[in-house]
This record gives sequence, C-alpha cells and structure tokens, in this order.
Amino acid sequence: MTTLLDKPPTDTGEGRSARSLVDAVFRAREISIAGALALLILFTWISNPRFLDDQGVKDLLLNASILVLLAVGQSVVVVTRNIDLSVGSVVGLSAFACGKFVAGTDHGVLTVLLLGAALGVTCGLVSGALVSFGRVPALVVTLGMLYIIQGLDYWWAQGEQISAGDVPDPILSLGSGGVLGVPWLPLIALVLLAATAYFLRSYRSGRELYAIGSNPEAARLAGVPIRRRILGAYAFSGAVAGFAGALWLARFGTVVADNAHGWELTVVSAVVVGGVAITGGTGTVWGAALGALLLTTIGSALIVLKVDAFWQGAITGALLLAAISVDRIVSLRMTAALRKRSARHGNGA
Amino acid sequence: MLIRTAARRRAAATAATACALAVALTACSGTTKDSAVEEGGDTGAAAASANPDAPLKKGLKLAFLPKQINNPYEKIVDEAGIKAAGEYGATGKEVGPSDASASSQVSYINTLIQQRQDAILIAANDPNAVCGPLKQAMKKNIKVVAYDSDTAKDCRQLFINQASSEQIGRSLVQHLGEQIDYKGKIAILSATQNATNQNTWIAFMKDELKLPKYKDMQLVKVAYGDDADQKSFQQTQGLMQAYPDLKGIISPTTVGIAAAARYLGDSSYKGKVVLNGLGTPNQMRKYVKNDTVEQFSLWNPEELGYLGSYAAAALASGQITGAEGEKFKAGKLGEYTIGKDGEVILGEPTVFDKKNIDKFDF
Repeated sequence: MTTLLDKPPTDTGEGRSARSLVDAVFRAREISIAGALALLILFTWISNPRFLDDQGVKDLLLNASILVLLAVGQSVVVVTRNIDLSVGSVVGLSAFACGKFVAGTDHGVLTVLLLGAALGVTCGLVSGALVSFGRVPALVVTLGMLYIIQGLDYWWAQGEQISAGDVPDPILSLGSGGVLGVPWLPLIALVLLAATAYFLRSYRSGRELYAIGSNPEAARLAGVPIRRRILGAYAFSGAVAGFAGALWLARFGTVVADNAHGWELTVVSAVVVGGVAITGGTGTVWGAALGALLLTTIGSALIVLKVDAFWQGAITGALLLAAISVDRIVSLRMTAALRKRSARHGNGA
Repeated sequence: MLIRTAARRRAAATAATACALAVALTACSGTTKDSAVEEGGDTGAAAASANPDAPLKKGLKLAFLPKQINNPYEKIVDEAGIKAAGEYGATGKEVGPSDASASSQVSYINTLIQQRQDAILIAANDPNAVCGPLKQAMKKNIKVVAYDSDTAKDCRQLFINQASSEQIGRSLVQHLGEQIDYKGKIAILSATQNATNQNTWIAFMKDELKLPKYKDMQLVKVAYGDDADQKSFQQTQGLMQAYPDLKGIISPTTVGIAAAARYLGDSSYKGKVVLNGLGTPNQMRKYVKNDTVEQFSLWNPEELGYLGSYAAAALASGQITGAEGEKFKAGKLGEYTIGKDGEVILGEPTVFDKKNIDKFDF
C-alpha cells in the first residue's frame, strides 16, 4: 500500500507503457491465431476453391456460431480463475426443454430464446453459488453439475426425440435463414461477442473479473466483491449456454437428451487455444471466439481436404499444447520484462 | 457363504417347482403345436437339450441393454420388448450407458449377472469389448440375445437381425440406383467407424455396387458423422464441397440421415443430391414433405423388440438353444426359424415415402 501512495503522479507514463506492452503481447496472441486461421483457410481454399464459395462461407460461420457463443460465456468464467464444465449439459437440457416447449405449438422465437436463457441462468446460479459462497473448487462443482443436469435431462427425456416436424417454422428458419445473405446465428454470436468484449474491457466490474483471476487475494484487499462477481460470471456463462441450447434446437431441428454431449471440453479447448489462460487473469473473448472458429474450421477443412477424421482430435490436442506452451513462455518473458522495467524505474527514483 | 448357498439352493428348488407346475399347466395347450413338435424333434438331436414343446416360463427376468440409454430408436425397441414380456408373464427392464463407447456396456453386464437375470438382450457397441462378460453370463446360464448390432458370434446365443444385413445394404443401393438412374458419384454417411451393423451394411453396399448395372455409379467416400449432429452436418458439407458432382448420399443411421436432410434442405445443394438411408418416419416426415428426401427405409423397431423379447424367453424356457433350424413362436408375429450362426431375421425393411409416411408414428 505504501509504495502505491508513494508513487508520484508522473508515474503514469511508465504505467501506460507497461500496460501497452501487455496489450501488445495479447494482441499479438490474437493476431497469431487469426494468422493460423487465415493460413488454414487459404491452404484449403487453394486446394478446393469451393471451400469459400457462398455456401461454404455460410457453413463455416454457422458451424462456429454455437461454439463461439459458448466460448464467450466460458471465457468470462475462466478469466476469474474458474471453469464451467457444465455448459455441454446445460445446452443439452435447454435444447430439449425448448424442443419440448415448442413441439406442436406456435410459440415465437423470442419466447424460446428467453426460456433457454432463463434455464441456463438457473443452472449457472446454482454452480456459481456453490463456487463463490460454498467455496468448493469450480472443477468439482461444475463437474457435479454436468452429471446432475445430464441426469435430469435423461430422466426427463426418457429417450424421447423432438423431430424437426414438431418445431414451428419460424424457429427453424432462425437456424438456417438470415438477413441479406448473412445467417442469423453468426450475427447473434457476433453481437454477443462484441458486447461482452466491451463490457470486459471498459466496465469496472469487467476489469474486476480479470483482477480476481490474476490475484484473488489482491482483488479482495482492493475491495472487489469477489463472490458477487464470480456468481455473476457463472450466471452469464449459464445464460449463454441456455441461449445456445435454444439456438441448437433452431439449427439442428431434431433434438434428443444428449445434445452437445461432451462439448464442455471442446469449449474449454477453444477458450485455451484462443489465449485465455486457464490460470485466469488474461485473455480476451475475441481470442476465445477466434479459437472456436479455428477449431470448427479445422474440422471442416480436414473433411474437404479428404484427411482422415482421426487427425482432427490429434490436431486439436497439438494446438492446445502449443497454446499452453506459448502462454507459459510469454508469461515468463513478460514477468521478466516487467521486473526489469520496475527495477529500472526503482533505480531512477 | 454357507447361508448364501443355502438360499440359492432354496431359490433353485422353488424355481424348479414353479417350472414343473408351468410345464404341467401348459402341457395340454401344447397339443395344438404337433407339427412344431415333430420338427423340433429332428433338430433336437443335433442340439442337446432343446425342447420345442416347453412352455414359456412365467416370471422370467429380461434385461435390455441398448447401445446408449437415450437413443430414441433403441428406446422404441426396448419398450416394445418389455411390453411383449408382459404378454407372457415375464418382467423386462432397460438399463444402459449414457455414451455409446466400446467398453461402456461391460459394467452393466456384470451387474445384470449379479442380479441373476434370466436373459440379457444387448445391442453391442463393439463386437468384442462385451465378449468376456457375456461369456461369463452364459456360463451362469443367463441367455444372451444380441439385437440391432451383433456381438462376436460365440458371445451370444442368438442375434435378432432387423432385416438381413445383406438385404439392408443391397436394397439401399438398389433404391438409390433407381433414384439417380444408375449414374454418378455417391457417398455414404455412416455413424462411428467401428459400429458393427454399419460396417456390415456398408460391406454389402460395396458388394452390390460391383454388379454390372452399377458400373456408372462410383462410391467416392465413406464419411463418419459419429451419430452427432454437428459432426454429421460438417461431414455432409464436406462431402458436397469435396465432390461437387455428387449425385447421391446413403446414410444408414437415423442421426446421420436427419442431420444430412436438415442441412441439405436449407443449403444450395437441395435438389442436386439424392439422400436415402435409414430413418424413422417421425424425424424424417418434415424432410419428405418438403421434398428434400424422396424416400428412406426402416424396419419396424417395435417388432424388433417384440421378436427379441420372445426369442429370449424361448431360450430361457428351453424351447430353443440357438442352433440352426430350430423354430419358435413369437406371439403375434408368428413362427420364426433360426438361421445360420444363430441369426433370426425380422423381415423386409419398409420403404417410406410421401404416400405412406403418415401411416406410421414412431
């Protein structure tokens, strides 16, 4: 505390350049993912131009939309040094619930989306309360929630299936239609992505999420309402997952109880590949979204390149390891750089 | 130990009395099946202890072990089987894993053995992974009937085949051939790479394609959508991009065909490629009506469960042992004969199209 008070106001110049160093490093991180993505697309496009025709681009965007949404929700939790493994089963439950709700009725699109989000918030609040107020490790809580929600879903569904024929047309066209040739799903994902990015970057509560993730103790001492923020992060992640469940119904039409089974790991992979450190405190939702886009695009590209499906898993794994190694190296370098700076500054004073 | 053995002996004794009683009761009704007796006598010589005249035992316990507990298709099969069990005074239940991985069924089989079920009906996720425990079960005189997807041949007594694999594989190619006028590139969208039933059908499809009338049809790719929506979508997209002149897709899996239909119906490829395969009328109704799909086939899954249930009961009651040529009665479906390698075939698949689809609800 005393050092803080001692700092003369002229220090801001030094502080700003430290901040811009951090910024530059992470922008570099996002740029490198975007670069990898561009290379992949370029390579696939050269070997098969149809990869980027109208339908091809539309497919790439549609495939990534739901994963992008989930990655955005997950990032908000991960930056607080927590994790939400229940998202896959929340999507499943929400998709089935929404399907059941609309089957044979003419409920509107908005109602269904709200229902999905509401279901998701409920699940998120339970996880969040256990993590923040119950102080149980997030990994265990959300793993438990994964199984509970899945069990509930299975018990409710009893193997029942909602077919596309039962789902009202306006909802189905949300999943396939669009405006001016741009499909709805990617638009929705983009809006949510931009809003979340703005919030995390420019709002006090958004910055506090990062503060909690990088140093919970310091955040507590600085007066950050940790529990409330973490609860909020889980509620948000849950809401996004529930919302994504409703979109799942719109996209695939046919839903059973185990939709999005196992997706939680794909989502976490996307987030980590996108540069959101699993140890909290760093990364942006833009990066996470790029990570999601990269993972789904790899999936599509491999098929178009006629590569054996087996490689998809292996490549995702390699990317994960690469991302984590890069994170580690960058953070070591940056700590060293920052230390050098502050040492220099100390000498100067 | 001692107490348990005593209890078991007592249980065995009661069971024996119950059987004797049941035999006595139904002996009179058995006279109506004279012809069956004669034929059974012939095969009985080959297979040690088959007694075609034995009545179905009361109070049998049957367990259905589907690939995955939430698979809507297997749910229909199992429920019909459990309902059929009620017809002849047995009880049935369904247990199973929540994922369709190779080894996920093993622990369930072990539990069923401990519960001393009379028969286990299994749709195998992997032909070999379940073998050990199933052999254990047969050693303990629990009858094992595979349905939908077979296990290795020596790990079960009977396999209830929904239609002969050959029939399914060949007929799908025949139907598609007619639809595309026997010309052009085709692809297959399957489930997982190691699904027994899928691979058998695909083998027969390839064999059928060797016939001279298919000389202008070329199978370019077998894609695997893992019975997951997103992956099946991506595979279909990939097929259309990788093979722009693709004329037809055969998807012999209900998840795959529904996903492919949903994708094609909303894409610029609608009408350019013919989709055929195996699907349920409920999930495909919309796509048949909006002309994305002209026709698809499936056997009646309820009849599959019904037949499986009766076959298991016939085994557990000693009417049959699983040897080739033995016959048994499957309630309202009539008499069935066991074929080679313990296979019992349900019948021909039904073809669904715009005209008849509304007559079915499953």
